[in-house]
Amino acid sequence: MIIKSLDPRIDRAALDDESKVGELSGNEHFQTYEVFQQVKRGTHHQHVGNVHAPNAEMAMLFAKEQYCRRGAAVNLWVVKTADVFVTEYQDADIFETTEDKLYRDPNSYKVMDRINAFKARNNNA
Amino acid sequence: MYGNAYIENDGNKVNSILADEDPIKLAEFEARIAAGDKIEPKDWMPKEYRKQLVRMIEQHAHSEIIGSLPEGTWITRAPGFRRKLALMAKVQDEVGHAQLLYSAAETLGKSREDMTNDLINGKSKYSNVFNYPAPTWADSAVIAWLIDAGAIVNQLANSKGSYGPYCRALDRICAEESFHLKYGHDNVVFLATGTPVQRAMVQEALNRWWEPIMHFFGPPDKASQHSEILMRWKVKMGSNDSMRQTFLNMYVPKIWDLGLTLPDPNLRKNEETGQWEYTEPDWDTFKQVINGNGPCNKERLAVRRMAEENGRWVRKALMNKSEEYVTPLA
Repeated sequence: MIIKSLDPRIDRAALDDESKVGELSGNEHFQTYEVFQQVKRGTHHQHVGNVHAPNAEMAMLFAKEQYCRRGAAVNLWVVKTADVFVTEYQDADIFETTEDKLYRDPNSYKVMDRINAFKARNNNA
Repeated sequence: MYGNAYIENDGNKVNSILADEDPIKLAEFEARIAAGDKIEPKDWMPKEYRKQLVRMIEQHAHSEIIGSLPEGTWITRAPGFRRKLALMAKVQDEVGHAQLLYSAAETLGKSREDMTNDLINGKSKYSNVFNYPAPTWADSAVIAWLIDAGAIVNQLANSKGSYGPYCRALDRICAEESFHLKYGHDNVVFLATGTPVQRAMVQEALNRWWEPIMHFFGPPDKASQHSEILMRWKVKMGSNDSMRQTFLNMYVPKIWDLGLTLPDPNLRKNEETGQWEYTEPDWDTFKQVINGNGPCNKERLAVRRMAEENGRWVRKALMNKSEEYVTPLA
């Protein structure tokens, strides 16, 4: 049956309510691009999400509409998801010793005790 | 915007759901969630967790797409240039929300074309409210204010859930929804403080939408082991009734404030319990509409099919056969 709608545009389209057209066949969508946005000069680009697009130019267009509709942005990157190399969460132990390496931490260098002791020794001498 | 997720509530299956899961991995998974950590796409997760999340995020995405149809109808007829621009921006937001949500669902392994096909074929659900027509401008104002308000109640709760990609999408979505809420409120206030004809128009729209709004949060929850597990896994973040109470508590006073009435003589806040009392909406009607017999179900899906069909030649022309689809990262 042809659909009767309150919307004149839909009425004009004379749509059949039983029609099955419009189904997508397998692999009928685009590849994905990861989107990185810089909100202000001098700050890092940050990952904000992804878009489906047939090429980088279209990805840029979609990314602008999707992620920069509001608020500030000065720069945008898109990168093919397939080109991003990632670590696995289950391998998170590769980062484990990082926090233990205190010799890389400025706060681990405490010299005042020695300096004070040295001064005390010299004053007494 | 978004309604309730229609989670299947089959208590009998609970034991079999967990039976073939690795108990050690399950314990680690549950400990992670209990500690407030998020689950990310490649993490181990129980099959039921994946299944319910896909269902929920997908329904949410479909709701955004279908939800833009009754409002989109009003863009060309919105009174005044500024309102046309604002409504266009809102509809664009809703479609953008669907994109964010489809991406989040894709990270769980269901492809975007499968989701689109399930919507077009009527296999997937979307929020019930969008199967009702918006006969006047006041209807579009009530949708923008109160349906979006209901959606925000749902989405704020869900944004505290356990699945990282869904939470991140919801954070973005909630920020944009606050413009919708303000815009809708502005439109309702304009009509409610206007001429007698404008007041009557917004009152009639409110009367029409009250039952769908009460339906919006879903039927009263039955306590079951299944929903207990989904709560523990932070897939379901609150009972349908508690969401409905939050909504009533925030918005009924604002509606009454404008001298408007709601078509339920039993609606009142019980000051002793702090809970709102109301007449249960007709849940048979709700089931009828969900199962395809609402006033606009066929129209909504037919319009969606038309969009897919009319856009096909553009998609095909742009398709690069040598490129392979990769699941989004996060």
